[in-house]
Amino acid sequence: MAIPDEEYILKTTSACAGCPSSLILRYVTKAAGPDTVLVIPACCTSVIQGVYPTTAMNIPVYNVAFASAAAVGSGMSEAFRASGRKTNVICYAGDGGTVDIGIQALSGALERGNDFLYICYDNEAYSNTGMQRSGATPLAARTTTTPAGKTDHKKDLDAIVAAHNPVYQATACAAYPMDLYNKVVKALSIPGPKFMHVLAPCPPGWRFPSDETVEMGKLAVKSGMWVLWERDHGKLAITGASKAAMKKRIPVADYLTRQGRFKGITDDQITEIQAMVDRTIGCLQKEVESEC
Amino acid sequence: MLTIGTGNKAVALAVRDAKPVVVAAYPITPQTEIVEEIANYVADGSMDARYIPVESEHSSMAACIGAAATGVRTFTATSSHGLVYMCEMLHMTAGARLPIVMANANRALGPGWNIGAEHSDSLSMRDTGWLQCYAGTAQEAYDATFMAFRIAEHANVLLPVMINLDGFLLTHITQPFDTVDPEGFLPPTSTPHAIDIENPGGYGTLTTGSEHFKFRWDIERGMRDSVAVIKEVEEAFAAKYGRRYDMVEEYRCEDAEVVIIAMGTLGKEMEVAVDMLRNEGVRAGSMRVRWFRPFPVIDLADKEVVVIDRDYSFGYGGILANELRAKCGCRPFSVIAGLGGQDVTYKDIASFVRMREEDGEYWFGVDA
Ligand SMILES: Cc1ncc(C[n+]2csc(CCOP(=O)(O)OP(=O)(O)O)c2C)c(N)n1
Ligand code: SF4
Repeated sequence: MAIPDEEYILKTTSACAGCPSSLILRYVTKAAGPDTVLVIPACCTSVIQGVYPTTAMNIPVYNVAFASAAAVGSGMSEAFRASGRKTNVICYAGDGGTVDIGIQALSGALERGNDFLYICYDNEAYSNTGMQRSGATPLAARTTTTPAGKTDHKKDLDAIVAAHNPVYQATACAAYPMDLYNKVVKALSIPGPKFMHVLAPCPPGWRFPSDETVEMGKLAVKSGMWVLWERDHGKLAITGASKAAMKKRIPVADYLTRQGRFKGITDDQITEIQAMVDRTIGCLQKEVESEC
Repeated sequence: MLTIGTGNKAVALAVRDAKPVVVAAYPITPQTEIVEEIANYVADGSMDARYIPVESEHSSMAACIGAAATGVRTFTATSSHGLVYMCEMLHMTAGARLPIVMANANRALGPGWNIGAEHSDSLSMRDTGWLQCYAGTAQEAYDATFMAFRIAEHANVLLPVMINLDGFLLTHITQPFDTVDPEGFLPPTSTPHAIDIENPGGYGTLTTGSEHFKFRWDIERGMRDSVAVIKEVEEAFAAKYGRRYDMVEEYRCEDAEVVIIAMGTLGKEMEVAVDMLRNEGVRAGSMRVRWFRPFPVIDLADKEVVVIDRDYSFGYGGILANELRAKCGCRPFSVIAGLGGQDVTYKDIASFVRMREEDGEYWFGVDA
């Protein structure tokens, strides 16, 4: 499938240089097309989308309270369907707005089966408020509220979402737009609640040069720190670059040591993270092979 | 059609007759019966709406916001902890100028855990930009809820409306009331700023201080214009259905020397107290404030005033009493009574009038 030329996010936004969120949003909106409304809770994207009365987006964007995106999406989708319209309702939220404050609304909406797509772009911190830890911040990462490095692991959002059995669930990464694009197209072709979790390597938050966003995303996938997959009606498939990474991976240290936020990570922590990645890949492999 | 039912049932029937497209709700005592009734109407086909059984009140208002943003008629109901839990979203609703109608069963807030009537929940939402109406009977609950959609959706208002009912005292008391033939009273919803795919834009985007300031002024303009709209809608209702309402319901006030002022069911009780006092030779009258936002400016010149508040602003005083002090220039005797559903009879109300002292404050059942 060729990615269309139409742009729904304009060239000059107030995003940081190398911003993964705007990169992801660009492909999400290309895949969704013009009959789409974005629902955006407080996050970097509420800045990126433009300052009143201008807008950086060429589709309607509805700003909502931090905790409420999935619930607003539910109501909006029900209203469109009641009026006989297929308009795509896409909640586009950060990791904080998803794994922390917004998780109740997300859980409720997934359970009710409302017809919408929820996309969490995961930059692994609260970036909008200046890079505090979120539930998605990985072990050992330094943020302004974990100055010595986070002592807890990243919350397993995908397992939480999977427990709701959404019709479609996928991961993606800012560094692999084709994979992302295809998944959004597929998700929007299925009625019901859909969820996508997209890794968003954020230069100021992760502390790497702003021209390395794509490279950092690729290292995440090649090391297995991030795996590209989809679960279509519960059936798991590994996609794109992760197929190779299932067999042969670069060490996680190659990914971690390229980022300022992991400065001070201990060898033990690297070993712990490596073991976790190996375990995750093993589990995914088993799920792919099984017939469940 | 004459019906017998509770205040909750009256609200649910009014919602049925107003034909909203989306209802999102979460149960809480003593409001629950409203959303159960509505769920039944949707299930048995007497209402053609989408019922979203959300997981919290924050989400019920959020879902209503999402629906109303597309330009459809929307309703929810709550009470007490549910109302304060959705506080953030109440500000969002008014700020986004969405004409959502909500019923609130007035109930105390914990701790201690008390489910009795108290106006502290809705009055603590006083400054969210919602219109607030307080019903005194099941009939009024029906009529006010039905009219609320036309008021909220009026092009000069476009603000949300909260219809308040005293918990249990109104929500659960069975009374006879009339329903109306809704045909021709509520025009189709038209939200000028509904999401338009053909004409995309940002809603609620980052806004500079000076622009934000203008938006706040627009909300206030909607509030001020709502006075005329309320009067117009209540007049149209009276013309069509024969039941007449005013922002303030006066009872024997023409020659009154002392007026008692209250809201909700207390306001109904005091009409009986007025008759009692008149028999004793006290020239009493009563005023029941139905609309608290927009706040009615009442002419109280040359009258002594006794205000009964089923609420309190800690460190300041009875809320209705203070609003009247500020807006109407009176020096009322402020009685705090009925908190947590405390029993307040017309005899008690008459006794408040007998003990009145200008600018005094009295806590019924607490003050010795
Ligand atoms: C109820 C509430 N609490 C706190 C905030 C402040 N706040 C705005 S955005 C944000 C963090 C957003 O983080 P995330 O969802 O990860 O998105 P990102 O900023 O990384 O894009 C916070 C804490 C808020 N807007 N609302
Ligand atoms: S902080 Fe990160 S996600 Fe936010 S705008 Fe900047 S680059 Fe994008």
